[in-house]
Amino acid sequence: MKSDIILCGVGGQGILSIATVIGEAAMNENLYIKQAEVHGMSQRGGDVQSNLRISSDPINSDLIAKGSADVIISMEPMEALRYLPYLKKEGWIITSSTPFVNIPNYPDMEKINANLDQLPNVIRIDIEQMAKDNNIPRSANIILLGAAQKALGIEYQKLETAIRSIFGRKGEAVVEANIKALALGKEAQK
Amino acid sequence: MKRLLLGDEAIALGALHAGLSGVYAYPGTPSTEITEFIQSDPLAKERKVHSRWCTNEKTAMEAALGMSFMGKRALVCMKHVGLNVCADPFVNSGITGVNGGVVVLVADDPSMHSSQDEQDSRFYGKFAMIPTFEPSSQQEAYDMMSVAFDYSEQQKLPVLMRVVTRMAHSRAAVEVASEPRPENALNYNAEASHWVLLPANARKRNITLTSQQAILETDAQQSPYNRYIDGDDKSMGIIASGIAFNYVNECFPDGSPYPILKISQYPLPKGLVRQLCDACDSVLVVEDGQPFIEDMLRGVMPGNTVVKGRLTGELPRTGELTPDVVRNALGLPSQECYAPCEDVVPRPPALCQGCGHRDVYTALNKVLLDYENPRVFGDIGCYTLGFLPPFHAIHSCVDMGASITMAKGAADAGQWPAVAVIGDSTFTHSGMTGLLDAINENANITVIISDNLTTGMTGGQDSAGTNKFEAICRGLGLSDEHLHVVVPLPKNMDEITRIIKQEIEYQGTSVIIPRRECIQTFQRHLKQKKAK
Repeated sequence: MKSDIILCGVGGQGILSIATVIGEAAMNENLYIKQAEVHGMSQRGGDVQSNLRISSDPINSDLIAKGSADVIISMEPMEALRYLPYLKKEGWIITSSTPFVNIPNYPDMEKINANLDQLPNVIRIDIEQMAKDNNIPRSANIILLGAAQKALGIEYQKLETAIRSIFGRKGEAVVEANIKALALGKEAQK
Repeated sequence: MKRLLLGDEAIALGALHAGLSGVYAYPGTPSTEITEFIQSDPLAKERKVHSRWCTNEKTAMEAALGMSFMGKRALVCMKHVGLNVCADPFVNSGITGVNGGVVVLVADDPSMHSSQDEQDSRFYGKFAMIPTFEPSSQQEAYDMMSVAFDYSEQQKLPVLMRVVTRMAHSRAAVEVASEPRPENALNYNAEASHWVLLPANARKRNITLTSQQAILETDAQQSPYNRYIDGDDKSMGIIASGIAFNYVNECFPDGSPYPILKISQYPLPKGLVRQLCDACDSVLVVEDGQPFIEDMLRGVMPGNTVVKGRLTGELPRTGELTPDVVRNALGLPSQECYAPCEDVVPRPPALCQGCGHRDVYTALNKVLLDYENPRVFGDIGCYTLGFLPPFHAIHSCVDMGASITMAKGAADAGQWPAVAVIGDSTFTHSGMTGLLDAINENANITVIISDNLTTGMTGGQDSAGTNKFEAICRGLGLSDEHLHVVVPLPKNMDEITRIIKQEIEYQGTSVIIPRRECIQTFQRHLKQKKAK
């Protein structure tokens, strides 16, 4: 088993919590993990990414090579495209469909969507709206994780267990909100 | 037991398990998480390991030397440019030597993700003539920490441990010890003749240190962290230091056909290098950072070995290594991939919405519109982003504290208005001494200490001068008449602009302190309150 994952978005969108859940699930499976994160200045509203690698064999590089990511999970549609050169030709993009516009020259959404349309395996979800509609406004990122479950090649149950152990400290309500989010995401990938 | 740890956390835990008594540090990306980990670790709390932030890297290094003087183990952590700040005690610690073990952990930042240069700390290790460790993985970082402390005490020298951003900020599962080593007891073994660096003493110590070099090299030659891995294809040999070793292995999933020399401990083990060079037609040097090993191999006189690397273009001259550039240097075909999407535009970082620095720049820009050639000297922190749109507010940012001293130099040259913008933590780190220079000459500058009550850019650590800034300025000799505190909020814009204008017009040194909590720490504190 081997999965190279790029998590991306804009600083503050919560990509690291997605990474933490995947990491926990992988640890419980006794898989090898490497996860390169971005800390520091770029977190202030700039583009951020994390390279997450999980494998049943030891992993060497902390970084993913071009053309070899199995999945890009993105909290923002333009950010998903930023890492396109890293995606395998048959790789998956799981992205939020809502643009985060904090720059004056944000491209036309039609262009962004046209680029995504050209790729073979893309799941776009309006996670913000879905989170609002389901009264779980703080769990939008976990909806995205649910939608990436098959592409990640991790059993659904394992992700659920990881969510319980990671959010357990924050109380049952937070755990339930995130489990609901995971389930919504899972449905959306069909 | 296995734990999922950032490289920085593995380093911290390794130090704690090695019997650490104190960590001394100033926050700096990518090294900050080491001290933060120790601050929250239960064992560290139980043992009362010193972990409070220091005012700057120099005070950190010196305090660590003091702890070592008393026989205990101390860790000093910093980002690469921090080593410039503490270069004086660092280099001299090779001459004094140590009593309790000292490890100086420096996190370099190739590609300058959060830094103003790409300097490679291994040069400092060579310069100070002390052993240097460069772990290749999070596990090795953890393991090497206790080896480094033992070795420091065995050789009576500080050990420099150098990591890079990709190791510091990457997580991996690390096998950790269950039984931490006890701390050292206080002792009085440190000899004044070693530590009082009068020339007569220092000359003797210098001879001791230089004669120790051969031993250090022999140890590096035999170190389990420096390994010669043979390969059948002798057309090329590979030297891979630190995490470069991982990128090389990534390119050869079934094992390298070429011999590899992995290097993680310096001085450079010349014997192993010669063994590789003798066996191979050419040698490719793969190292993250500057061409440190490559340059040593190449030297000046032509040799028999063809040396390839960053200086010959096989690898890029600047920037961090990636699996792709290493693949290319090894002559392997690159993998098929999508072209970069042309519609993607850059998304630079920006000051947070609601940040007080924004109001400071808005006010300053408004006032400076009235002047023909104003110059604003910036400093290191979130507020360096004031260079970017929409503010375009600063004209320089060089190193910690340079805003005040550069403004003074500019004023000395005849510039007016000369304004310095510096953050609270940067001011206590390295701005106070410059302000004293300015006040002593009543230099014609206006200093804005933008006080957000924290060290913001590195994530909101305590700031050494909080609640003391007015007292510090008065203590340095500033009169109350030219010392102002304002609250940077849009509703106070008239007052702030009036004060800035007034102090620019004043032909002498003045300080304005806009004070409002960092919006990030404010929100965090609000959340904590709600949770209670």
